[in-house]
Amino acid sequence: MSGIIRARGLTKQFPGLEAVKGIDFSVEEGECFGLLGPNGAGKTSTIRMITCVSPVTAGELFVDGMDVRTHGREIKARLGVVSQEENLDPDLSVRQNLLVYARYFDIPNDTARKRADEALELFQLDDRGREIVDNLSGGMKRRLIIARALMSDPKILVLDEPTTGLDPQARHVVWRKLRVLLSQGITMLLTTHYMEEAAALCHRLVVMHLGKIMAEGTPADLIERHVGPQVLELHLRDNGRAEAMRVLDAHDGLEIEDELEDVIYVFKQRQPWEPLLHDLSAFEPHMELRKATLEDVFLRLTGRGLFD
Amino acid sequence: MSYRSYRVWQRNRDVVFRLWFAELIPPLFGPLIMMSALGLGLGVFVDIEGEASYLAFLTPGILSIFPMMWAMFDCGWGAYGRMTMQGVYDAVVATPLNVEDVIGGEIFFGASRATLQGVHILIAAALFTPAYDVIQSPLAVFTIPVAFLTGLIFGSIAMSFTAYAPSMSAYNFMFAFIINPMFWFSGAFYPLESLPPGLQVLAYFLPITHIVELNRGLLSGDMEWTHLGNLAVALGFAALFFSFALWAMRRRLVK
Repeated sequence: MSGIIRARGLTKQFPGLEAVKGIDFSVEEGECFGLLGPNGAGKTSTIRMITCVSPVTAGELFVDGMDVRTHGREIKARLGVVSQEENLDPDLSVRQNLLVYARYFDIPNDTARKRADEALELFQLDDRGREIVDNLSGGMKRRLIIARALMSDPKILVLDEPTTGLDPQARHVVWRKLRVLLSQGITMLLTTHYMEEAAALCHRLVVMHLGKIMAEGTPADLIERHVGPQVLELHLRDNGRAEAMRVLDAHDGLEIEDELEDVIYVFKQRQPWEPLLHDLSAFEPHMELRKATLEDVFLRLTGRGLFD
Repeated sequence: MSYRSYRVWQRNRDVVFRLWFAELIPPLFGPLIMMSALGLGLGVFVDIEGEASYLAFLTPGILSIFPMMWAMFDCGWGAYGRMTMQGVYDAVVATPLNVEDVIGGEIFFGASRATLQGVHILIAAALFTPAYDVIQSPLAVFTIPVAFLTGLIFGSIAMSFTAYAPSMSAYNFMFAFIINPMFWFSGAFYPLESLPPGLQVLAYFLPITHIVELNRGLLSGDMEWTHLGNLAVALGFAALFFSFALWAMRRRLVK
């Protein structure tokens, strides 16, 4: 097995809860690899084992060729970690946050100062260096956390839900910056539950659910394999359900999901849609035939209920 | 634990420098006010056998109690805030530092604060010396390393408490049942012999009592063999609670 991160049979057990249930995956150098899944899927537990802050219960986990069980410090020296929580140092200024962080990695002061200036510029924080962290907006804090993770010039950038809670503008800025970094050859491991984010950044991803990996592939692969190119959404009127189901039953090759009260999702791998659309239009429910997205893959694989 | 503890110490130092006005000015005045109030005010009514003045009796106590308090504030309330609200520990353990490095650095910083407080008090004591004969021996300079040891002991005790504190209000217990008895039963304010025998025995189970005796010997110059015993007990407490704090914090933080 190759890969800059390799997991085999990776398991994390907490008292009374198996958060990660023996998963296998590998991340290649230079790619952006996504861990997708709803809350409670085991994403953060997996990330915490990779970043050597949480011990592995069972299985193998190698990062940059080193065993996380024995080489925690060496591995951590090569990672840049962007945590889910905002954990900037509120007692320090923006620039000091970067410099003090660099010192944890034993980076010489001159190098640290140079990198801090570069990082502040890249993340458009160069006029905020002296400010205290609490004065920054949510988007700026996120950018600063990513800038901080870059201070050690990491081989692998690990991002745990990097844009949760940001407004659309701020999210797009973060994505743009992350793409710049990817183009410079950094390896990225990303968890998210925003499918747009996965589609915007990830070369390859796995969908996790309740501690297991449900599917693995490129975004296009996954859509192709689990959903098909298009999805038909039927928005039902009051008594529309019975009629709609009757029409749907009369057609072959459909996969139907109607777990929600007022929407039926219809998936179809091959046959043309026209005959079905024609029959349905007879009683005119609101319907929309649209391009399938990762979100459909995600919801099909992880269900439409709540898990936490 | 490794040399990397120093990185956490440096982090805390940078914060103190950044907030120097609030961090460095008030600690000067606490002891000065107590020395004036108790030493000069109450002291008029107190006559302790063999002491030049009540202030001379009191100062070794202040030199023990204030460093204790600073270390406990820092590794108690302060550490809890950094661990929970501020997320400092989470951020730092994602770097090459491990939990022991972080906690070790925190306790050493608490001890450094205690030392600084000791220096402040020693300076104040020197100012009172011409009139009240507070410092009677050059051995007094050794109260500085004793302040560091005091900080290690009480920083470790507070950090051990932090490892189990479920919330900030839990520190009310630390204040009521750890700091308070240490404060009043340490022999800082009156000779322990004046307590009932039961309480006297109890006082010797408190680490602070041994620190007060050491400082009293160093300021007066009357060193005896029993002071070696006090030093041994103090070092023992430091080693015990320091190791316990590292162990307990690993249990709390590594899941």
